Order: sequence, then C-alpha cells, then structure tokens
Amino acid sequence: MSALRVLVGCKRVIDYAVKVRVKPDKTGVVTDGVKHSMNPFDEIAMEEAIRMKEKKLASEIIVVSCGPSQCQETLRTALAMGGDRAIHVQVEGKEYEGLQPFHVSKIFAKIAQEEKVDLVVLGKQAIDDDCNQTGQMTAAILDWPQATFASKVEIDSGSLKVTREIDGGLENIKVKLPAVVTTDLRLNEPRYATLPNIMKAKKKPLTVKKPSDYAVDISPRQEVLSVEDPPVREAGQKVESVEQLVQKLRDAGLVA
Amino acid sequence: MNMLRQFISLGTCNVSAKGIRHGIRKKARIITHQRNVSGVPASVERPEDKPSVSQHGQFESLQNKPVTNKPFAKDLFLGKFDKTVLVYPEISDRGELAELNQMVQPIERFFTESLDSKSIDIDAEISKDVMKHLGELGLFGQQIPQEYGGLGLNATKYARLAEITALDGSIAVTLAAHQAIGLKGLLIAGNEAQKQKYLPKLATGEHIAAFCLTEPSSGSDAASIQTRAVPSEDGKTFYLTGGKIWISNGGIADIFTVFAKVNITAKNGEKQDKVTAFIVERNFGGVSSGKPEDKLGIRGSNTCEVHFDNTPVPAENVLGEVGGGFKIAMNILNSGRFSMGSSGAGILKKLIGMTAEHAISRMQFGSKLCEFKLIKEKIAKMAVTTYAMESMAYLTAGIIDMYEKPDLSVEAAMVKIFSSEGCWMCVNECLQVLGGLGFMKNYPYERYLRDARILMIFEGTNEILRLYVSLTGLKHAGQELKELVGKLRDPLNNPKLAFLKVWNLLSGKLQEKPKLTLQLNEEVHPSLKNQTDILEECTLQFQRMVEIILQRHGNKVVQEQLELKRLSDICIDLYAMTACIGRTSRAYCLGLRNADHELLLTKAFCHEAYVRVQQNLTALREGKNKNNDDTYMAIAETVFQNKGYAAEHPLTVNW
Repeated sequence: MSALRVLVGCKRVIDYAVKVRVKPDKTGVVTDGVKHSMNPFDEIAMEEAIRMKEKKLASEIIVVSCGPSQCQETLRTALAMGGDRAIHVQVEGKEYEGLQPFHVSKIFAKIAQEEKVDLVVLGKQAIDDDCNQTGQMTAAILDWPQATFASKVEIDSGSLKVTREIDGGLENIKVKLPAVVTTDLRLNEPRYATLPNIMKAKKKPLTVKKPSDYAVDISPRQEVLSVEDPPVREAGQKVESVEQLVQKLRDAGLVA
Repeated sequence: MNMLRQFISLGTCNVSAKGIRHGIRKKARIITHQRNVSGVPASVERPEDKPSVSQHGQFESLQNKPVTNKPFAKDLFLGKFDKTVLVYPEISDRGELAELNQMVQPIERFFTESLDSKSIDIDAEISKDVMKHLGELGLFGQQIPQEYGGLGLNATKYARLAEITALDGSIAVTLAAHQAIGLKGLLIAGNEAQKQKYLPKLATGEHIAAFCLTEPSSGSDAASIQTRAVPSEDGKTFYLTGGKIWISNGGIADIFTVFAKVNITAKNGEKQDKVTAFIVERNFGGVSSGKPEDKLGIRGSNTCEVHFDNTPVPAENVLGEVGGGFKIAMNILNSGRFSMGSSGAGILKKLIGMTAEHAISRMQFGSKLCEFKLIKEKIAKMAVTTYAMESMAYLTAGIIDMYEKPDLSVEAAMVKIFSSEGCWMCVNECLQVLGGLGFMKNYPYERYLRDARILMIFEGTNEILRLYVSLTGLKHAGQELKELVGKLRDPLNNPKLAFLKVWNLLSGKLQEKPKLTLQLNEEVHPSLKNQTDILEECTLQFQRMVEIILQRHGNKVVQEQLELKRLSDICIDLYAMTACIGRTSRAYCLGLRNADHELLLTKAFCHEAYVRVQQNLTALREGKNKNNDDTYMAIAETVFQNKGYAAEHPLTVNW
C-alpha cells in the first residue's frame, strides 16, 4: 500500500489561555494585540499526520490555512512541527469576518482534489466559533467517508480503523480511503516545534492563494447582529420542600 | 525644523509619524562647538564613518558591518553625546522578526506549562528529562553558528529568548553558564579545528560546558589565580593542576574552559606568569568535581568545586595565545552581561502581572488593594524600573548587532548593575504587596527573591563593575583631557587657568544649570522635550564633574571608590534615560499601542534619575569633608580595629 498524501487544516485562533473580551461596539471580540496561536485540535491533527509520516504511512503533509496574512505564522509553526508544504488562502479584514465553514470546506475540498490527497485531517472544531462543521462539510462535498471525533486512528490497507468519542462512549468504525478525519482531544499529545526545526522550516515552500483561485465564492451567508457577554450569573434560591419548588416553577411560568 | 512644527500642532503622532521619524533621521547633523562654563568644548559629533541609517533606524544586516562603534558611555565622560544612540534599534526585516516571534512560542509554552520550577528548587536538581527537552528545543546552542549545529542567534534574539528562560532561575543560570561563558571562549577565540571538534555536541546539549576561573583566593581579583599549567618537554602537552570553586555546571560539564597561569619568557628574556585559557575535556583524566553546593537560590543549578590533578591538556587546546587568557576571560564575561537586562525584565513582567491580579482582587477596609496609593506607587515604580531595564538591554543588544567588533563593555556593565539591583528591589516589593502570602513557599515570590539575590554577586560583583565603569570612563576622558588636567593640577605654572577655576567655584557658577547645547530633543518626538532637557542637563553637569574629579585626584582617583561609585551611578542613569527616551520616541512615532503609557514611564524615570543625579553631583561637589564620606571611613576603621561593633552598650555606666 503506497504512502498517503495528507492535507491538514490549521486555523489561527485567539490563544486558549487569553481572557476573551467583547468589543464595546458589540460587533465581535477584541483581537488587536491579543495573543493568537494554532487551534489546539488542529495541533493534534498535525501531530497525527506527522506520526503517520514518521511511520512511513504518509508521504507528504500539505498544511492549509484560510485567513489574513498573520495565518502564515500558524503555517510556519505547522511546517516547523513537520509539515512539508503550506498553502495560505488569503482572506482579509471584512471578508474574513464573514468566512464560515461553508466556504472553508469548499476550499479544502478543491485543494484536496487538486493535490490528489488521500486523507484530510482537521481539528474537530475551532475554539473561537465552536462550529464543528468544516470536517463534515468537506467530506460531503468530496463525497468521502468521514470519521469525526477520532481518539484513535489506525491505517489498515486502504481503510482506516477509527475509534470515535461519542456521547455514549466509544465507537469503532472502519472507513475506506480517501476519507476525512476530525481529531478529538485524546488522540495524541502534540509536540513542541523545536527552534532548529523552526529555522529549517524557513526553507519549506509556502504558497499564497486566493479563494477565487479555487473558484469559491466567499460572500457572507450570514450577518452577525451582535456579540454580547453571557449574562452575569445571578444568585439562586433555596426552597424547603418539593411543593415549594413546584410552586416557584409554576409562578415563573415554567410548568403548567 | 519646519516639518516638525507642522506635526507638533497635531498633538499626537499618527499616520504622519513615519514622516517625523523620517524627517528627524534625514536631517543633517550640525557640528557645534560651544564653550560651556568650564571651558571644555561640548561637541556634537557628525557620524561620518557610519553608513546611512535606514528609515527604520536599524542598519540592514549588511555583509560588511562597520567594524566598531563610537564608545557612547565613555564619551559621556567627555560630554560628547552620540545622538545616533537615541535612534532605538529594531529588527527591520519583517521575516526575521516573525521568525523570532515564532521561536518564542514553544519556549514560552514549555516554561509556563510544562516546567515544575518548585520541584527543581526543592530537589535542587534539574531532571535529565528536562535537560533533554531543553536540548531538543535547541536552547543549548543559541549563539553557536548554524554551521556547527546551533541557532546562530544574534544578541537581540538571544536577549529575547533570555526573557523566557529567566522564568526558571536554575535553568537560566545552567543555560547561561553553558553558553554565555562556558563555551563562549570557543566562539570568541577558538580556531576552526577547535570549533569543529567541540561546538556540534555542545550545540545539542549532548555535552555541557563550564567556565572555570574562580578560586578560593581569587574571586574579583581574577588575575591572581594560582592554578598552573606546566608545559611538557616537547611542548605538546600542558599539565594542569589546581582547584576551582563555585563553578556553575561543574558537576555535569564535559567541556571546561579553564584559566591557569603559564610561565612564559617575554621578548626581553623576563620570565612571567601569565594567564592562559585552555579547553579541557573531563575525560582527559585527573578532573574531579565535588558535591553540589547547597545554595540560597538557583538551587537547581549545579555549583561545585572542580579539581585538576596533573590533567594532560594537548597544546592544540590552548584558546587563543598562550599568555592571552586574561583578556579572553574579560571579553567572555563582557559579552554575556547585557542579557541580564532582558532576563530581569522577563521575570518582572511576569511578577508584575501576578501582583497586579492580586491587588485587583484582594479587598481590605472595603476597598480593593489596587485603590490604595501606597500599592499604586509600588506597582508604578516596578513598571518604571522594568521599562528602563528592558530598554537598556535591547538598546545594548541592538548596537552590538550592528558592528563586527562592538565595544560595549561599559554599557553592558551598566545594564548588569541596574538590572540586578532593579530586579532585587522589585521582586522584594512584589512579595511585599502579597503580604503574608508572599512569604509562603506555596507562592513563587520567595523563590524568585532567593533566585534574584545572586544577580548582584556573580558575573562580576556590582561593586567591581561600578569601579570598572567609572575608571574606564575616566581613563578615556583623561587621555583626551591629559593636557588640560595636567595644567589644572599645576596651578602655580598656570595661574590664569587656576584663577578662572577658583572664580567659577566661588561664584557658584558650577552649580548653575548648564546651557543646553547638545540639541538632543531634535532626535526624538517633540513630546519628549522635557526628558531630553533633563538628559542634556545631567550629561553636561556630569562632564563638568568628571573634570573636577580628575583635577582633584589625578591618577590617585583609583583609590577614591566612593567618588567613583557616584560617577558610575550618574553614568548609569544617563544611559538608562537615553534608552527610555529613544524607545518611547520610537513607540510614539510608530503609534504602538499604549505609547502614551510609555511616555509616562519615561517621564517618571527621568524624574527619578534627575533627583538621583543631582544628589550624586552635590555629594561629589562637596567632597569628602563636607559629605559623609570621611565620617563613614572613620567609623569603618574603628569597627575593623574593634573587630566588630564598637559603640558601648547603651546601658553601660562609667564608674
């Protein structure tokens, strides 16, 4: 069985440790001067692809990111971790604010076809929008099988054996390649990009493209009305008996 | 000047910022020779021998870097102010800067998430796992050129990473002892064969290096070391015998840079013991290290005695020239010092964050701590000190990177003095804000305090460095002023000059504010005019004082340590002000976020510095009779004679 060509998607998001603040005009969150890094689930996706390459099961890892020019930092980190080539699909400013998994999945699908990729590995969701859609949509557009929330992936001659984390526990499935996999937390622990590797990554190719190069229309399909802080948690009430509880619920119009 | 007035009316610098910056830089510099009160020209130099400065204020990484810099600090002693130093350096290549920021990320992550500094402190050991990880990250070869397997970082990038490694004191010292001094000799003075042989394994951390200079009877007085290296009959081997103490990494190192005395015959036939530097491998035989010292701080760093018992060292392992070791030792120590500014800033930035969070949440007397003025003052002073430290470190590093053979030993020493003392004071204040909690071991403040204490001691004690700064400056000034000082010290043969001096002294002219002739304000954003005025005033007053001191003591100034200390302290404040002003000007012109805040920090620092400088000048002007110096000396004499505190007990009676 020949080694797989792998596509990994990396999104640049606000760092998980940062306390997110809503902009005063309520159009979004503050991103200026805020620390950004690679989406943690995408790091896990990268790590999985690199481990496959180390076991000679993967031959080339192509890393893709859609967004403003700062995405190139994220791509460079992915190259430093062990990626071979990077593609930056440039989307700036206002257009980027309207970019959704709907658009991104089309772009990934096109690239997967162009690059004749055998496996697409994505993080299960991005920690900024929590959409949890890109992997599923990409698979649908390509008409490929999908194995989402993967906590274990094994290659087995032309197929993948994947353990999925689902609500009830763990599910084991077998999917034929080519396929789309989305990674969950317990799949692996991503490596640090070492400084020598960061320096070597400088020489790895990074191409800049536009969505139009893939004939994808990124006009927004939704409009953000407002972004607000979650309501401040109010104190609860203590009741003495079940009857009192039911009465309070009735008073609040929550039960008949 | 006209372009400047246009923009002044705008108030703050915004899009036109680049214009001002460009305008300031392209402005032709005028050489002015003005006589100040004391009769010595205060001149502003045109940097003729410097290549043109790029719009961003940094020399592009040229293949041919200019050889060496104008000695900024030493020239301050002559009242000469190299205005190009007000142009704050930066990494002008966006790609390089992006790469540096990329390198910061994994290191920061490792140090903040995966490191258990508390255990390292309690166990007094850095585990093999951590050492291995540090090696994989590439931290052992930061300044080793890429061709030998290192990262080839320049001073600025090294300083940037030092901000992060400083988060664990023991690791910071282990890494510094390995590369800033342990193997630095190879980089500075090693030949190609030595570099090829040793650097690759040192770069990965497979081999660890240590710097062996200090001995039981030779600490600050490095030239007095007694370890000997005796050449064999055929001259192919040296036999090394002696004992070194307090060697960082002494117990874990494989490669040692050892300094020993070799008896050489000079050209005139005279036999002399001269210090020579050797590269010694532990497996040469006869090398033994003692048990790790139990220390107050940086407990995870291995410090021990290292003994050499007739260790055979091949002659090819002499570093540089036989007899040239002392100079190599000094160059090694000088080259690493500036990074203490950025490591100090790294620690303090973290602690200020933690302390501020505490002050924002902790309530007493119905208010949050952060609302009380005493607390606010502490936080403010810490922020100001950190800003100054950081500014000086990167200014020094930036200038080092501009030249082939930079001469910034005085500047680096000043950064070290300021940073070590600033760090100690600020960590102490952070602990104070936390109150009782700060005292407890389950908070990191006490560990940072213990770790910070060594900063004032090692790499040249601050006392020695203060003497170094002023003596080097005075020597530089003395050479230029030789003739003048000679005349001043011979008043009978130079009556007119002597009379003029006495007249100036008596008429109080010396205390008058000097006329500001350096026009420093033209180099920076107009909102910093008051600060540049302070800097100019202090510089000119400093120059006057240097002349007075040289006149007062001549060559005997070497003994006058208290006066030397005051001169150094003034010079440190001048350098720090220069760095802060330059940095704020850049921030303001670029429109960086919180540039207004930086302006406040610089304003506060310059105010503090002005007060200190005036105090020092007054004490110097008064001389040891009028200030407290003679009194202190007399007190000290008695205590030493008495072998202890000499005042009678307050309850003593006399019958």
